Amino acid sequence: MLDLLNTALIGPLRDMGGSPAFLVEVIIGGLAAGLMYSLVALGFVLIYKASGVFNFAQGVMVLFAALTLVGLMERGAPLALALLATALVMGALAFAIERVVLRPLVNQEQIILFMATIGLNFFLEGLGELAWGSNVKRLDVGIPDTSFMVWGVQINRLELTAAITAAVMVAVIAVFFQRTRIGRALRAVADDHEAALSIGIPLNTIWIVVWAAAGLVSIVAGIMWGAKSGVQFSLSLIALKALPVLILGGFTSVPGAIVGGLIIGVGEKIGEVYWGPLVGGAIENWFAYVLALAFLLVRPQGLFGEKIIERV
Amino acid sequence: MIYREAGQFKSSYASDQAVFPIRQDRVVVALGLVAAVIAVPLVADEYWLQAVLIPFLIYSLAALGLNLLTGYAGQVSLGTGGFMAVGAYSAFKLTGAFPGLNVLVAFLLAGLITALVGMLFGLPSLRIKGFYLAVATLASQFFLLWLFNKVAWFTDYASSGTITAPPRTVAGIMVTGPAATAEIRYLTALALVAVFAVIAKNLVRGRVGRSWMAIRDRDIAAEIIGVRPLRTKMLAFAISSFMIGVAGAEYVFLYLGSAETLAFDINVSFLVLFMVIIGGLGSILGSFLGAGFIVMVPIFLTNVPHLVGLAMPVALQKQIELMVFGGLIIFFLIAEPHGLARLWQIGKEKLRLWPFPY
Amino acid sequence: MTLRRVMIALLAAALIAAPAAGTAWAQAKEMFVPSLVYRTGPYAPSGTPFANGMWDYLTMLNERDGGVNGVKLIVEECETQYDTKQGVECYERLKGKNGGAMVFNPLSTGITYQLIPKAAVDKVVVHSMGYGMTAASDGRWFPWVFTFPTTYWSQASSVIRYIGQQEGGLEKLKGKKIVHVFHNSPYGKEANPTLEELSRKYGFELTLLAVDHPGQEQKATWLQVRRINPNWIYMSGWGVMNQVAVKEAAAINFPMDHFIGNWWSASEADVIPAGDGAKGYKGATFHAPGTSFKVHADIVKYVYDKGKNIGPKDKIGEALYNRGVVNAMYMTEAFRTAMAKFGNKPLTTEQVRWGYEHFNLTEARLDQIGLKGFTHPVKVTCEDHEGSGPVLIQQWDGKKWNVVSDWIQPMREVVRPKLEAAAVEEGKKLGYTMRDCSREN
Repeated sequence: MLDLLNTALIGPLRDMGGSPAFLVEVIIGGLAAGLMYSLVALGFVLIYKASGVFNFAQGVMVLFAALTLVGLMERGAPLALALLATALVMGALAFAIERVVLRPLVNQEQIILFMATIGLNFFLEGLGELAWGSNVKRLDVGIPDTSFMVWGVQINRLELTAAITAAVMVAVIAVFFQRTRIGRALRAVADDHEAALSIGIPLNTIWIVVWAAAGLVSIVAGIMWGAKSGVQFSLSLIALKALPVLILGGFTSVPGAIVGGLIIGVGEKIGEVYWGPLVGGAIENWFAYVLALAFLLVRPQGLFGEKIIERV
Repeated sequence: MIYREAGQFKSSYASDQAVFPIRQDRVVVALGLVAAVIAVPLVADEYWLQAVLIPFLIYSLAALGLNLLTGYAGQVSLGTGGFMAVGAYSAFKLTGAFPGLNVLVAFLLAGLITALVGMLFGLPSLRIKGFYLAVATLASQFFLLWLFNKVAWFTDYASSGTITAPPRTVAGIMVTGPAATAEIRYLTALALVAVFAVIAKNLVRGRVGRSWMAIRDRDIAAEIIGVRPLRTKMLAFAISSFMIGVAGAEYVFLYLGSAETLAFDINVSFLVLFMVIIGGLGSILGSFLGAGFIVMVPIFLTNVPHLVGLAMPVALQKQIELMVFGGLIIFFLIAEPHGLARLWQIGKEKLRLWPFPY
Repeated sequence: MTLRRVMIALLAAALIAAPAAGTAWAQAKEMFVPSLVYRTGPYAPSGTPFANGMWDYLTMLNERDGGVNGVKLIVEECETQYDTKQGVECYERLKGKNGGAMVFNPLSTGITYQLIPKAAVDKVVVHSMGYGMTAASDGRWFPWVFTFPTTYWSQASSVIRYIGQQEGGLEKLKGKKIVHVFHNSPYGKEANPTLEELSRKYGFELTLLAVDHPGQEQKATWLQVRRINPNWIYMSGWGVMNQVAVKEAAAINFPMDHFIGNWWSASEADVIPAGDGAKGYKGATFHAPGTSFKVHADIVKYVYDKGKNIGPKDKIGEALYNRGVVNAMYMTEAFRTAMAKFGNKPLTTEQVRWGYEHFNLTEARLDQIGLKGFTHPVKVTCEDHEGSGPVLIQQWDGKKWNVVSDWIQPMREVVRPKLEAAAVEEGKKLGYTMRDCSREN
């Protein structure tokens, strides 16, 4: 028994203490990875916060944005022009989604809207591959994926850029929601579609704005992840890694997406590096979910989520 | 006019409370069963049986289980793949450890094991609700698959890391293994799903089903009037996981023949959830309709170009298939958000009045 | 109203007739070869070049020679998306079509496992070239399954031998650190038992690091690699895991020429996203890369110039394209072997199996085909469906793959006994009995 405790608890802890520089690297790596997850989670949060829809297609939107960007760049467009064009495409996509999918399903239950996004997921998957092909594409936005050393700790340039971008984006979004009129309108819509309609909030416009914003977030996430691993189909699977971030941070909280991401990132890496070898490795996937689950049991709405008020 | 109930009088409570009170319904169901049992094995060729009907029946059973949990008890679960894996691996270990055990009994025991596992992973539902619970069940999905991948005992230390269904007979007829004919496997799957459908239908019409629906609709109010959430939710998870476990065992033993953990990954969980939602949450028939839709539509879309004589490159075909599939889901949701079962119900209502509009 | 009824009736008829529509009968001098591909889905970057290579070679034979010894090949692609269920569906739909499929190349270990038991019952050859169930290489237990030219276990032993060569001798491996980064699936784990045994034999320190599917995020793995600081890394990856691994290795400044991927981890798709960082990355293969062979010239002439291609012209000669070519070449040469015995007419699947089992590809024959130096000669026997072939090591220079080694033999004395033991185990599971090769021709 004591032996088990020793291997399970003392061993890894001693391991951590034994090489602190490495521990710092693991933590930094975890923070960086976590921020990358947060980028994807932000898209989810935006849409859920403002329209109450759990957008299953967020991962595919990230992929679609990245594909469009790379596709345009491959056809010779310079980066700035390609970015602009992609933003327009995502905006047009938002418009189309609102028109075709969301408007007919106004005020349906959450699970119905969720299903609609699943249908959207399949549709965009097929469309993306049809339009841009299924090869792996290299995404070069001028940020080298190399590392430099700071005080004995290795830091990756690309991840640093992603972290800074994420921080900036979160700040912008937070200000947007709290301080602007549209932000208030968005929060009203998320609360109750019909009530918002009744006080004159233009639902359709709001939804287009929200999905377009999520589209822009997808572009950023797509760039970061695409630069990291090439633009290809598996990019859409990142959404699965972002879900624990969402449940930990709360579905409706922008800062929650960041904090959740950081916690999940660090937790995942520390778990994998120090406890993973004890059980044979590759525990990252479920460890993140179990971590999020543990938090949920203490706070069922996530760390920063809106407190669930239940009425009889 | 077709559906005239005039002249059908019930003379006992039992007949009034029957599952199919209208005689036309009973006739249709009986004919359907006869067709399914006798006509289909005779008419269908091996491709249809192997690639369409057997998976349809297996997925129906899984969708049935999930529908009980999500549709009737309101607990959204994305761990279906993991539970099917539990059923499959349990059945594999049981048939391996007890070679003389009847394979159907092995299925049921595997279901029992899955029920226990399901109850364990269903415990968070007491504290977490809605989409949060759905995402939390993903923890069980990933953990279970990792477990089966990691611990070699589950695959009997096979170097290949896969489980293979051993050849087994029931009453002298080969039911599993490569020598089992598609017809026999089809009939076995049909029998199992029919039995479970009957059980499920009776469950949801009785006290248990009503307590589930109470928890689903207003769980605090339900608790106040005496429906015990722990017991009800655990029962929902148990029975649902039982069916899903049996479906998982069937998946390997009657359909695939051998499987690795990738066969039960998250796509399966999502697929079964789609079936339940498209078919109709809270409807036994809906599980079947949803499973049929999800199984048939891709196959139909794959075969249509051949029919029309259009020679499309396979990649383009697949991509268009995906787009049409997604489009169809959205279309059905807009046309009828409550699923195909509701469409069927509306159809029946209209049939009762036809040719009058109302 | 009537139009709608007509549409519904047509739809119903279509549904019922759909599978039946495929059963057109083959004409006299034709053989049906289905091609299971994945041109869409997460593995499309790897599946597409392979499918193109296979298609191009077979089409080239049809166009240039009128088929194999005058028998035309009907090639039909079926999309599996690397999904086991769809693979089984393709198999069931195509096995009886056009007079019967001659051979299946599942292109996926998962699908191969499904088809192996079915192949014996349906009597159709399954050729899982360099993948699939290694144990099935023992032809005494699995007469219908072929894995030549070599398998994962042999490959692992060959790579260790190469590393030994690079270090100055196998005895120099003692004390060195080798890490195996593998996809956390039965495919990825295949090499582990062999590697463990070799680490015991030669005294090197082996660390096994599993990467969970799909492998999009590998920070933790590569942090551990950095901590271990190995001399060599071997990778059994697949799909996006490869690209991310190569990028991560470059990002932690690991010397890329000490990083060897197996033959499914060393293609263009795996190195392009890493850009310059991937320079020096090595991989194992069993055929040469590039387009410098007569066969490629013929493919351009008879397929691309005539517009009968599916893929783009600039992708000819990629690593996985050539893999498709070599797969198609093995298949047609096996047909020829069978036809030499049974006559130049459409074969039965039994005859095709005989052709595979007596496959003997020589240097001279390779020269005749126009593939001189492309791949190693292969000889298949009743017991040995693997051919126990050697591998080449190729290296990425930023623009293309170059072969940087000679043919490296596997350590047959280590691999074969394990293989035979595994074959007994797997064969018994399926209820097979062992053939006696000495009693067959």
